Amino acid sequence: MVEQVRKLLEKRVESPAELENLRQSIAGKRDTSRTCISVCGGTACRAAGAEAVVDAFVDEIERRELQVQVEMKETGCPGFCERGPLVVIRPSKIFYQQVKPEDVPEIIAETVLGGRVVDRLLYVDPSTQEKVTYEPDVPFYKKQTQNILGANREIDPTNIEDYIASGGYSALSKVLTGMKPQEIVDEVKKSGLRGRGGGGFPTGKKWQSCLDAESNIKYVICNADEGDPGAFQDRALLEGNPHSVLEGMIIGAFAIGSHQGYIYVRNEYPLAVKHARIAIEQAMDYGLLGENILGSGFDFTVTIIRGGGAFVCGESSALMASLEGKIGEPKAKYVHMSEKGLWDSPSLLNNVKTWANVPLIINKGADWYSKIGTAGSKGTMIFSLVGNIKNTGLVEVPMGITLREMIFDIGGGIPNGKKFKAVQTGGPSGGCIPEKFLDTPVDFDELTKLGSMMGSGGMIVMDEDTCMVDVAKYFIEFLKGESCGKCTPCREGINRMSEILSRITQGKGKPEDLDTLEDLAGILSAGALCALGQTAANPVMSTLKYFRDEYIAHIEQKKCPAGVCRELIQYSIDPEQCVGCLRCLRACPTGAITGEKKEPHTLNQGLCIKCGACYDVCKFNAVVRQ
Amino acid sequence: MAKVWIDGETSIEVEAADGVNAFNLTVDDKQIIVSAGQTILEAVQRVDGIGNIPALCNHPAVKPYGACRICTVEVSEDGGDKFKFVASCLYPVKEGLIVRTDTEKIRKLRGGIIELMLARCPNVKRIQELAEEYGVDKPRFVLGDQDCILCGLCVRACQEIMGKSAISLVNRGIYREVAAPFYAYELTEECIGCGDCAFVCPTGAIEMGDDGRPVLPRVKIPYAEVEAMMKKETAATS
Repeated sequence: MVEQVRKLLEKRVESPAELENLRQSIAGKRDTSRTCISVCGGTACRAAGAEAVVDAFVDEIERRELQVQVEMKETGCPGFCERGPLVVIRPSKIFYQQVKPEDVPEIIAETVLGGRVVDRLLYVDPSTQEKVTYEPDVPFYKKQTQNILGANREIDPTNIEDYIASGGYSALSKVLTGMKPQEIVDEVKKSGLRGRGGGGFPTGKKWQSCLDAESNIKYVICNADEGDPGAFQDRALLEGNPHSVLEGMIIGAFAIGSHQGYIYVRNEYPLAVKHARIAIEQAMDYGLLGENILGSGFDFTVTIIRGGGAFVCGESSALMASLEGKIGEPKAKYVHMSEKGLWDSPSLLNNVKTWANVPLIINKGADWYSKIGTAGSKGTMIFSLVGNIKNTGLVEVPMGITLREMIFDIGGGIPNGKKFKAVQTGGPSGGCIPEKFLDTPVDFDELTKLGSMMGSGGMIVMDEDTCMVDVAKYFIEFLKGESCGKCTPCREGINRMSEILSRITQGKGKPEDLDTLEDLAGILSAGALCALGQTAANPVMSTLKYFRDEYIAHIEQKKCPAGVCRELIQYSIDPEQCVGCLRCLRACPTGAITGEKKEPHTLNQGLCIKCGACYDVCKFNAVVRQ
Repeated sequence: MAKVWIDGETSIEVEAADGVNAFNLTVDDKQIIVSAGQTILEAVQRVDGIGNIPALCNHPAVKPYGACRICTVEVSEDGGDKFKFVASCLYPVKEGLIVRTDTEKIRKLRGGIIELMLARCPNVKRIQELAEEYGVDKPRFVLGDQDCILCGLCVRACQEIMGKSAISLVNRGIYREVAAPFYAYELTEECIGCGDCAFVCPTGAIEMGDDGRPVLPRVKIPYAEVEAMMKKETAATS
């Protein structure tokens, strides 16, 4: 016990100078030429089987007794989720994708010991059909600026020494040794950083009002209650580099004079919770959290609070209500949370990505930071690129990149030779942007102008087979389920919108429905209590604005142009094209298709449930969808 | 000296307030002087004949909540350049605030909210009256048959005034309803039968029963009932 306590005390870093010494000694102990196998341990790669790959590597290294020569590391997510599990062999940075446990002995034998590349595991660039050997040459990464996300690939998130070795906590040292709270806030202000959670509120302004608020008790909160469908960048950061978030929070706490912080994270993110917890424990051991941080006399602790899974708790006032143990409902923010937030004390709440930006700004300076991006939006933004896109994953780009570059150059375009139709940005409260605006630079203000928003950085790409009315219905249904129900416009208005949209997709729409939808949208944006309600109509309004003809086709011609809405489509078999292969007949779950081999089949409409199974299996385009 | 209105008809000439404990407010083009630390709704309601702000989820006995949203007004903090919609029951009075309580935009917004309420509760007299005032004749939506508009006054009265929590708002979104906490089958002994909930209810959805306890609006998903049924079924099969 005594020994344990002593060991614990030994780790404690008492001053910024000691931190530098520690950094040097870690670097000194490490051999940069030593082979390091890093496997992405993010949730997406784990879902693809990364844990089994890690186990296979460990077993193989043990079997061949290579523990001394080879280091094994499970890192955070670098973003290329489409191709997981990802393996990188350092220091040469040979990049293997979609690795399976059975590939492991070959990788060890060939690459680690033999110095040869395993050709079949390399990534093939779909546009040029060329194989890419090294990680930095992968086109998906090449066009990104991974200022925040980049560290994920080098760091084992459960080992604080990795973060310290990469220069971690040096921003905290800098702040504690020579910066006054006002100087820190000024630096953040000057950087032009805006809140990455959705609203895009200037971060420095928020910090200033929190610093100015007079109170003995102030709180710092990290909002990791990421709930947008298709968005997972906060999870990747908290899983992959939790110390960068913690460092940002400690700096924020020092700037405003807070001694207690909270990370509010979804319980559905078990790995993020685990890694954040480990990070806090290690930071406490090293004296980077707790009492007398780095010998400066400043105290700060962070507690993890797990959210119960309500989407609305991502809204700051609802999050704080939930944190207080109350029902997660928003309240009016006529007095800002930075003046009267958690337990009525000034509270500085920022998104995970915003916090992770802070150490960067302090280290490299506001001038450096503000050179990246556009006039109104500075820095980089992490987007989760999902939907009908070749390269699903996380993308970090400077603000101001066009949607086209993001979707076609980085995302690789639309799979299966389909045409691009729209991109939905900003989560359920964002809007759908059509092809003609693909050259719009992506920043807070430009997206808002198009009737969408930046939101938390979700980006859902949709191809020509997507029905925009159905998309609007999907998001409204989502919001209907997630509305807290406190205020009338959101509770009743979204429900009525959902009623109308369901009717339209069933072919029972009336021409006046479109006006009613617009009226409801007006009530929501002007009357709803919180930002979720105020922006809830965006998916409907933007699709009405850019794809009105689709609504009209549903209402007037009772047709779904994209062939999605079941009530409005019909499958039939074209006897000219049908070769009688029996594939569709076998695929049909209800026995609606009959016919003999090598004879054209027939489809009985009465039995057809319009599941589309026949359409999907037919190789001769004989199944027609109208 | 400034012209200050003390009710809808009468104005007097007094020194303008200098903003320590009192603020100058302009409500529908009439200047009034109000004490600090109150909301727009409170301030306006204290001056007879000034402004027109209906409110359903507000009651002087409990803290403002901002759920019904029909008290929404337009305010300008910059002398009339920019106006925004705010809930007057929550917005604190400030020096120089310009408030508009009855513009075309506001009437349209309130009319829309009332249409939604009327569609939910077509038989509630208070809502019908408001619908008439705001020119809503027939909602464009499928009519419901509820009496409760979920303003939460009953729950707040029970908690804030009585210090009890015998009733609660359960579930979320459109499934939200007033019920015994955790959908208990009936009110527990926590309910002391004070009748506060029935008294503050703006729609008459809660009435006092013969047993001296409130009768709550009918609950749509009574878990307790399902549980009881399941128990009965298990008992029958075993």
